[in-house]
Amino acid sequence: MVPISYHLILSGILFTIGVMGVLLRRNTIIIFMAVELMLNAVNLSFVAFARQLGSMDGQLIVFFVMSVAAAEAAVGLAIILSVFRNRETVNADELNLMRW
Amino acid sequence: MGALIFYLLAALTIGSALIVALSRNIVYSAFSLLGTFMGVAGLYALLAADFVAVIQILVYVGGILVLIIFAVMLTHRIDDVAVSNRSVGRLPAALIVGAVGVIMSVGVVGARWAQKADVQAAPTTYGIGDAFLGPYILPFEFASVVLLVVLIGAVVVSRKEIREETGS
Repeated sequence: MVPISYHLILSGILFTIGVMGVLLRRNTIIIFMAVELMLNAVNLSFVAFARQLGSMDGQLIVFFVMSVAAAEAAVGLAIILSVFRNRETVNADELNLMRW
Repeated sequence: MGALIFYLLAALTIGSALIVALSRNIVYSAFSLLGTFMGVAGLYALLAADFVAVIQILVYVGGILVLIIFAVMLTHRIDDVAVSNRSVGRLPAALIVGAVGVIMSVGVVGARWAQKADVQAAPTTYGIGDAFLGPYILPFEFASVVLLVVLIGAVVVSRKEIREETGS
């Protein structure tokens, strides 16, 4: 059995790549995918801890995270499509209508 | 054997994630997400979470990834090469990313994790169903309400608004 710290380091790398995607990219759809990467990283550490502690709770929380991720995907992509119809762009730098 | 499979799946996951975050072409990013989701599903299976692995494939690959590809196809002209997007603020981003990575690595490596002695790999479906209808009944019902709200909200947000001239 692979030690839990390997899984946690993998999860940390995945999360860091997600942060990198959010910070570096200006396309809202890519930012969205990077957020999904971060959610997956957190799920991975939950499952690793569930295995480590012989407990079911970590796996259960993963299901709630997944349902929230599905909700976020549905509403977020609907918003992105709606913005694209109105503004003809999905670039986060050009969506500055609410900027002070 | 288990370690070898772990390293292969980890390489698949991280390689695909890097393509997602850094690729110049948004279509490559969307399809690389498939590799990440499948790699993570394989890691779940390796961690003896069989039901979570199957649900990962069903929800993420079957649902979220298809939605994302729909959004990519609907928001961009496919023949337009300029769908790639420029990166700005590389230096502050590198600082923040480095800080996040270092903090998490120090935390993971420095901690002493508790471990239960000889965990047996067994089917998890019974325990999951039992917990969802037992101690976790309230979050479970709450999640279903959230999904219903999302269903209605997505339809309301994404429909085309038709104003009636004589109505209301």
